[in-house]
Amino acid sequence: MTAIAPGTLPKSAPRGSAARARLLRGLLPALSLALVLIAIAWLNPRAISYFGFNLMLNLAIPIALATIAQMFVIAGNELDLSIGTFVGFVGCVTATWLRDAPLLGILVLLGSIGVYALLGALIYLRNLPSIVVTLGMSFVWQGLAILVLPKPGGKAPDWLLAIVSFKPPYIPFPILAALLIAAVVHFGLMRTSYGAILRGSGGNAAALRRAGWSLLRTKIVLFALTGLFGVLSGLALIGITTSADANIGNGYTLLSIAGVILGGGEFVGGRVSPIGAVIGALTLALAASPLLTFMHIPPDWQVAANGAILIIVLAARVLISRRER
Amino acid sequence: MVSVRTLLEKPWIWSFVGALVVWLATIAFTGGYGAGGMVTAALSLAVFTVIVGIGQMFVITLGPGNVDLSLPANIGLASAVAMKVMGGNDAMIVVGLLAALACGAAIGAINYLLIWALRIPPIIATLSASFIIQSVDISYGRGLQIKPPPGFADFANWQALGIPVLAMLTVIFTVGAALALQRMIYGRSVLAIGQNIRAAWLAGVDVGRIRFLTYTLCGALGGIDGALLAGYFRGANVDIGNEYLLASIAVVVIGGTSVAGGKANVPGVWGAGLFLVLLLTMLNTFGVSAGVRLVLTGLIIVGVITAAGGEKAVR
Repeated sequence: MTAIAPGTLPKSAPRGSAARARLLRGLLPALSLALVLIAIAWLNPRAISYFGFNLMLNLAIPIALATIAQMFVIAGNELDLSIGTFVGFVGCVTATWLRDAPLLGILVLLGSIGVYALLGALIYLRNLPSIVVTLGMSFVWQGLAILVLPKPGGKAPDWLLAIVSFKPPYIPFPILAALLIAAVVHFGLMRTSYGAILRGSGGNAAALRRAGWSLLRTKIVLFALTGLFGVLSGLALIGITTSADANIGNGYTLLSIAGVILGGGEFVGGRVSPIGAVIGALTLALAASPLLTFMHIPPDWQVAANGAILIIVLAARVLISRRER
Repeated sequence: MVSVRTLLEKPWIWSFVGALVVWLATIAFTGGYGAGGMVTAALSLAVFTVIVGIGQMFVITLGPGNVDLSLPANIGLASAVAMKVMGGNDAMIVVGLLAALACGAAIGAINYLLIWALRIPPIIATLSASFIIQSVDISYGRGLQIKPPPGFADFANWQALGIPVLAMLTVIFTVGAALALQRMIYGRSVLAIGQNIRAAWLAGVDVGRIRFLTYTLCGALGGIDGALLAGYFRGANVDIGNEYLLASIAVVVIGGTSVAGGKANVPGVWGAGLFLVLLLTMLNTFGVSAGVRLVLTGLIIVGVITAAGGEKAVR
């Protein structure tokens, strides 16, 4: 026993510090969210309340869902530049057909998830750059959204409004929903064996193929999941805004990418974190408007402040990663 | 051997074939009416996409993940800077152009500074930068409706023998860009970095300097594009560059440049630029609604890229 101890000890010490750095890195998304929350609490203590959170985090849920959607494609080393217009398209369908002709609405939404799955297959089979394919698709979704709803308007289905206005005791609904989304996706992607395969398709595709897994299938599943969460995001968005507009989701493409990266995800290697992505989305949603309003930053500079927050968080991450090596 | 060569050339030929097909379809629809005018209009509009497309092409060629998302904000700010410096005065045209160039180059340099110092992925770095630039532009260009000097507006719209002069100048510029890419140490270094950044570094390529130059070049081209756009459309505004985010990436890839980096194609950028503009003209001529136009544009982009195909996996 004593003979082993000296051998393992010097090895475990650096491993311990690397683990600490990794832990710190994993906690960074949470730390940045805490920082934003502390800043809000300091600037306006009344905002930290049941009502305040309901108000501030209202729009965070669709953003979190879109971020999760983006996370799935990023897990497979792809990028979806069409998620924003897709959310807009889903929103338009939700505010029109899903209310007036529920069966048709459901079919269209399911069909759009099918389109995503087909895109995954196309990208894999023809070895296409996903950036360009989804860039093209962003025009398609936007065009379809305009065709479905030429003018802003429509109305959310009543059942959707009921879900979104649900007021659970003690914990504000957006926080509850965020916890639920994070828990479900974390379990599915990080704790199941097929989740590991999905992430592996981004980490080492060649190894997976040699182990006998179908890369076509992983690609299709990842894209279908992106479509599914895109649909959920559109539903949540319309539930909150109650009416739709063809351009309603356009900002989500860049927000979702930023959310994934802010949450500790990486563009290559299948390194993503569902919990981090949800936290990243919440941070962005909070930093985007409530914090800046409380800081009395003039509207002109709010966009810039968003950019600055992104840069600061990522710079912090680099400092920590450097210690990891 | 010959068939291999034609296969290699395929990606960029596609964009010209596409442009030709779209043009023929349109004049078939109009019965030959306006065939020449359409080419003139397409040339003068394609110029702006080609200029930023060349910049984006060099950046994308640097390798996976390299892309400049700050171009629209850059174009917007540079157009405001150019118009403000020119101040409607013909004597200040050159100074204004230089100011736009410097503004764009500075933005490109800052982009690379963020990528290098903070080791942020270029997509996020240029995205964050674009947020900041956008704010600067909104704050700087507030209510700015300064018209370009008459001389500059005339120059941007000047045609000789039915061919826009700006398009001729851009052709010369793209020939220069092609030479820089294939025959100069700079271009060869960009290609080498895109193929294998580590191998390029081991071979003695100054990777940091080349990447810095490339982002600066792309920014500078965005700046000059902003000034020219403001001249062509007779006024600067914040949103003037918005469509060039997607367009600049689309022309590069449709033109046969590899998104994985290390393989660039200059003529393809022209083909793809003309293709996109002609496509829009065709759909407008057919009188389709905005929604249908967007759907068809998207489907055709996806169709072209599917037909051209990606390159075979290396491993």
